[in-house]
Amino acid sequence: MNAPSRHVSLRSGVYADSVRLMQVSRDIGTRDGVTAVLVAMATPLNVELAQGMGLAPEEPATPEQLLVAIRADDDDALAAAVAAVDTALAERQRSTASAQTVPVRTVGAGLDALDGPALAIVSVPGQYAVAEAADAIAAGQSVLVFSDGVPVEHEVALKRAAHDAGVLVMGPDCGTAIVSGLALGFANVVRPGPVGLVAASGTGAQQVSCLLDIARVGVSHVLGVGGRDLSEAVGGLATLDALAMLDDDPATERVLLVSKPPAPSVAARVAEVAAGLSTPVRSAALSAESPDLTAAVEALLGDLGVAVPAWPSRSGSEVQAAPGAVLKGFYSGGTLADEAMLLAAPVLGDVRSNTPLRPDLDLGTDRFDSSGSAPNLAASGHVVVDFGDDALTVGRAHPMIDPTLRLEAISNLAARREPAVLLLDVVLGYGADPDPTHALVPTLTAARRAGPLPVVVALIGTEADPQGWSRQADALAAAGAHVFASNAQATRFALDLLGGAR
Amino acid sequence: MNPLLSGPPAVVAAGVDVFSDALRAQGAEVHDVDWRPPGFGDAADLAALVLDPRRGTANRTAVERVLAAGSVLTDVRPAREVLGLTDRTILHAGPPITWADASGPLRGGLIGATLFEGWASTVAEAERLLAAGEIALDPCHHHSAVGPMAGVTSPSMWMWCLEDPVQGGKAYCNLNEGLGKVLRMGAFNDEVLTRLAWMREVLGPVLAAAVRSMSDPLDVKAVLAQMLQMGDEGHNRNRAGSLMALRELSPAVVEVDAASSDIAAVLRFIGGNEHFFLNLGMPTAKLAMDAARDVPGSTMVTVMARNGTEFGIQTAGTGDRWFTGPAQTPVGLYLGDYGPDDANPDIGDSAIMETYGVGGFSMAAAPAIVRFVGGTVPDALATTERMYQLTLAENPAMAIPILGFRGSPTGIDVVSVARTGWLPQINTGMAGRVAGTGQVGAGLVQPPRECFEQALTALAAEVR
Repeated sequence: MNAPSRHVSLRSGVYADSVRLMQVSRDIGTRDGVTAVLVAMATPLNVELAQGMGLAPEEPATPEQLLVAIRADDDDALAAAVAAVDTALAERQRSTASAQTVPVRTVGAGLDALDGPALAIVSVPGQYAVAEAADAIAAGQSVLVFSDGVPVEHEVALKRAAHDAGVLVMGPDCGTAIVSGLALGFANVVRPGPVGLVAASGTGAQQVSCLLDIARVGVSHVLGVGGRDLSEAVGGLATLDALAMLDDDPATERVLLVSKPPAPSVAARVAEVAAGLSTPVRSAALSAESPDLTAAVEALLGDLGVAVPAWPSRSGSEVQAAPGAVLKGFYSGGTLADEAMLLAAPVLGDVRSNTPLRPDLDLGTDRFDSSGSAPNLAASGHVVVDFGDDALTVGRAHPMIDPTLRLEAISNLAARREPAVLLLDVVLGYGADPDPTHALVPTLTAARRAGPLPVVVALIGTEADPQGWSRQADALAAAGAHVFASNAQATRFALDLLGGAR
Repeated sequence: MNPLLSGPPAVVAAGVDVFSDALRAQGAEVHDVDWRPPGFGDAADLAALVLDPRRGTANRTAVERVLAAGSVLTDVRPAREVLGLTDRTILHAGPPITWADASGPLRGGLIGATLFEGWASTVAEAERLLAAGEIALDPCHHHSAVGPMAGVTSPSMWMWCLEDPVQGGKAYCNLNEGLGKVLRMGAFNDEVLTRLAWMREVLGPVLAAAVRSMSDPLDVKAVLAQMLQMGDEGHNRNRAGSLMALRELSPAVVEVDAASSDIAAVLRFIGGNEHFFLNLGMPTAKLAMDAARDVPGSTMVTVMARNGTEFGIQTAGTGDRWFTGPAQTPVGLYLGDYGPDDANPDIGDSAIMETYGVGGFSMAAAPAIVRFVGGTVPDALATTERMYQLTLAENPAMAIPILGFRGSPTGIDVVSVARTGWLPQINTGMAGRVAGTGQVGAGLVQPPRECFEQALTALAAEVR
């Protein structure tokens, strides 16, 4: 190895600002073989620094001169370093003086950048949804919380804060809303009109808005409130606010309240408030006494003086149910499953389910399932399964998007050869499978080949939906299914088929 | 009618993309949030804080006090008189610390101050006194004071005395010594001690007489605001501010009854020190942040300060409790052939500037600064843009020209730091690791996450 080499020079007529020179010094210092470097204007301080490094200039220096002082392991490294200094000093600095796009990390920051009315949509994991929703409320804007798994105490606190701020929390677990014609989440393409919906149930709201559309009656808004809103714990906080907002809305002439069975005390409180509004409010809350969403729509049409149309349907194959057949209702929509059970129970007696009408009717868990929490989908007898229930959507998309589990259950049913009538829902609209029959038809065809299996489908949608009601209905009918736009009609048809089998 | 129902709303969406896609297909105006799980913090703690009904109002109250605070220069007095420092007490930067845990530059500053006060005549004797605990150490922040770098302030040092004419607060800071080998960077050789003696005998008395003679006290906040219009960010770049301070003080200095050689030396000293204004800017920020102390429920940061070993923060909702973590080493450029191994971890109370929304937070106002880390002008703009997402308000008094005179991002929210996972950006000087070295460079640094984690836990505990 050669002896260390040094280069010390003073250059006149060269100026670069101190920061630039520090950058050059740093870059040269990282080169192989360079052990010390100082490229700086030759101020007394810098000359002193150079002295400390053993690289003092021999001639007197002035602050206007550029001092280049380098020590390297050998002459080659030194020459290369000096050349690199020249190159670096000759380089022109270029920059596009505009900010890089800084990502917006929170709903609060997103809303901050906007003027005018805005709506936040939150679909982050449930434990974090509260912060994003609280941002919207703090910014004076309403929020739709699609996330599930939000603790009920968060829901109550958010809805109280929203009430005080004069905004609405739709959700949590709110999958369906239409605001001024804008479809949010799972919603159908329906005409604008005078009916406002307050919905504690997504598929219930879809059924009702689609039937109204078929009757040529439009909706002003569909305000989802989340499935728990009418529970004792939440007390209808969002329902009451949504009712007040619709009462205030000139576009809304009638209000229909759609929900799964509410807590009686909450239902009473909501009814009391509704009675005091200037806009007539009709309830389509499901219960044993009022089990039928289609009937609620028909009553509303009566209020409006609109004739009830024949609800669209398609006939399927004439196959009869086998003797001793049972009802197998495989649903993607929870409220539609509830409606089917409420209608079936008086006819069939007990119907077991993963979302049962009574706790003792629970399906129990699948003993072959390693997680120990999956419902026993192969249970015998009258069974209605809600494939959209939380326990069946862990780690997978909602059955309106991912049909795998339900298709598998249909195939398994056929393989078991348990005599049955199969009742299904197929939900169309934004957010849903773009062509649900595409996967369903081959499965149904294969299942029916295995034995006599009447299939009845509640097809929830409109002609204007991206999937097209008739297109989907025709494909299902061609595969032998009986198709109804009304879930109540579909359920009653299935019950009739079972009645004929007894 | 509720605005939600007045027409199709613009949508801000956080979470899965399918919603946004469906909304765009309908022609809606959709803004996607680049959401990710919080950078730190227990989900239940975060929920408790965002649901605390006091928080919104408390944070508004806190940040409004910050924005309302003014700052005028009222006096220059020795620390002994104005801070009531008893003999054998030395103030330092950052959270509390002992000699045993003190880093090189803080030890250097403490040794220098002990010699300067005449409590010891040799370095060895000074070290012995300090190690034996015979000289009390206390943070500047516990005395309404701040100090850059080591922040070492002893009884005979002269202090800038500032007042908030709006809310009545007071804040103090020692006089800036200049660059290179200086006490605040941990140097304590004869050059340093000679300069300190001159500051005590000449600079302090001349400035005191000058400031007391001014019929209109210097509006320091106004100077800080103007600096941002002139390429300074008020922490690592104080060129314009120092010149303006010189301009404002000069007429009064010249009229002081002192030897003309002393007057000339004072003016030369101020004019030759590009960071002269820093010691006026820092107490200005301190006045504003102290005005926001003790607002129950507020999650706003009131102090960020470092002692060379630990970084400490305080919040408006937790009084004078410190939340500390290990100080990080800045990344930047080095003087001479100093390198990363020579640099001490982060030190100084000067992060009060960022706490107030200038310094690193207003990097966009001072593109020259960003090159200290080999960055670009777009980096400077992006840094400030990010800081807006950590802060509660924009300070209209501190406008950033290149951002269309948008106010500086002000009032760090601990909750926002946790949610974004972005830490505050601080511009800083770097002191040598070894006592006596002095300055080795300048650069950028962030607080350790631990400070904010602890603060979040403590704030959440207050809610429950």
